[in-house]
Amino acid sequence: MKLKTENKSIRIKMVRPKIKKTEQIEIKPAVRNIKQNIIFPILNSTVWGRRLVYLDNAATAQKPQAVIDTIIKFYETSNANIHRGIYFLAEKATIAYEQAREKVAEFIGAETEEIIFTSGTTQSLNMLAQILGRNLNFGDEIILTIMEHHSNLLSWQELAREKKLVLKFIPLAATPFAKSYQLDLEKARDLITSKTKILAVTHISNTLGTINPIKELVKLAHQAGALTVVDAAQSVGHIPVNVKNLDCDFLAFSGHKIGGPTGIGVLYGKKELLKQLEPVFYGGGMVEDVIVDKDVGKRSTLESKSFFGKSKWLPSPQRFEAGTPNIAGAVGLAAAITVLNEIGVDRIEQQGKMLREYALEKLSKIKGLQIIGPQEEQAGAIISFTLENIHPHDVAEILDKEGIAVRAGMHCTIPLLKELNLEKGTIRVSFYFYNSKDDIDALVVGIQKVKQVFH
Amino acid sequence: MIEQNDFDLEMYKERILELAKRQLNKHPLKAYSVKQEKSNPLCGDKVIIYLKIKKSLIEDGAFEGDGCAISQSAASLLTEEIKKKKVAEVAAFSDEKMLALLGIPISHLRQKCALLALQAVREGLGSLAILAIDRNCPEKLLNKK
Repeated sequence: MKLKTENKSIRIKMVRPKIKKTEQIEIKPAVRNIKQNIIFPILNSTVWGRRLVYLDNAATAQKPQAVIDTIIKFYETSNANIHRGIYFLAEKATIAYEQAREKVAEFIGAETEEIIFTSGTTQSLNMLAQILGRNLNFGDEIILTIMEHHSNLLSWQELAREKKLVLKFIPLAATPFAKSYQLDLEKARDLITSKTKILAVTHISNTLGTINPIKELVKLAHQAGALTVVDAAQSVGHIPVNVKNLDCDFLAFSGHKIGGPTGIGVLYGKKELLKQLEPVFYGGGMVEDVIVDKDVGKRSTLESKSFFGKSKWLPSPQRFEAGTPNIAGAVGLAAAITVLNEIGVDRIEQQGKMLREYALEKLSKIKGLQIIGPQEEQAGAIISFTLENIHPHDVAEILDKEGIAVRAGMHCTIPLLKELNLEKGTIRVSFYFYNSKDDIDALVVGIQKVKQVFH
Repeated sequence: MIEQNDFDLEMYKERILELAKRQLNKHPLKAYSVKQEKSNPLCGDKVIIYLKIKKSLIEDGAFEGDGCAISQSAASLLTEEIKKKKVAEVAAFSDEKMLALLGIPISHLRQKCALLALQAVREGLGSLAILAIDRNCPEKLLNKK
């Protein structure tokens, strides 16, 4: 079906951006004095004939060769189930797994028994809500923020629905003319009362890049006698995170967002708290003894005290790790942390700041582009934006064809975007230490192309 | 294996962008037999399909809506394609036919956008069938405002 336009035909001169195609990409983050060059094999890819410019690190990070090799080597030389076998391989695997736990503990300033391996931030938060939910009663209050990711928000929302609890949200602060992209701390002070049992808050917003004042919020919560839960999916591995410094009671993050494999994450909990908590997943590797009451049928109901028996749990963290865990995942995560420690997380933070500043400077010059997020304040290496009159999906589609990977949509933060009147969502770019100014330059050229195409 | 042919920008512009800009068939129908809205809250795409049906024939089709270029141009193409076709034929319009109508490769993730208008048409015709079964109010069929 051939269509005729109003005029005869409009020919637009397309200027193909010249992007250098390098044979083997050596990672040159703007961080000096790195002991070795870290190779990310996937960054050698070409996409639609262009160099891959990967700007979706908030969704997942790419993996260094060292991490990939570690996982392969584990399966080739050390694979066995852990905690159970009395043979050489089992011992090898168990040691590797427990050493990974130690490495994670050290990385965030926790003790070994305070680190529970899970399948990711989402599972950590869901599990925690179920565990803590046991101790919550009618009318207890849970405070969240309006910028929470669905994994945090829904876990507590559904718990509140189930147990008839009260859910409250810390809103965004309002400046005289518009909403800011920071939390309203005054409102937070009002919301956190003696009825508050849980304050669950994201450390760095995966949509806005806003860094929330966790230390202050934790203090407020503790003064009111509430427990604190931190969603650190975007902060651990990007900025220095020390759980003792933050003094939060629980914290969750994902391995795959810091260069580890998918399917592994961490739930941190203060050891005094974990000691008192009951698990919600059951199976092997978390019981000391299993007791069943077989004689129920024989005895009269007046005599038998328990119908089911009660098994004895192992201490934390094993108590919360039922079944065979993602052993290779934990080992891979440890390898990723080794890479991060080589560079230094504070340097990664500097890199992120530099890239963010550079990106904001370039993007804010583009006509019709609006930044959705803080610009003056310190923030994470995440920038959301919209392009006037062009749907985010269409932007992402054209950028993809230029080899640029960005995220378009609601970023699993629908309440936040509704609050900002952005029903179509935003385009989000997010950096990690292997991104460079070249990537941002390519993004800018790509956006200009999008505008030309849609003019 | 996902094929990575060179992206044909010219074809994309011709099929999708020109249509979205030109807004073919983008207007409400004053007298319609079917008005069906379909939206995707996850991305803000919305399509409202208007159909005027007489004697099992689609006399006229139009739409209103807002959203990404693919969803809106699909609505344009579909409403144009089904004019003067039999209701039964349109009800059997397949997903593959819709994608063929768009004429450009649509990635897995954009399928929802591409099929939004077709889903609205299907639901609209479906509700029409239900009304037809309801013999107590056949007037509803013809005189909806």
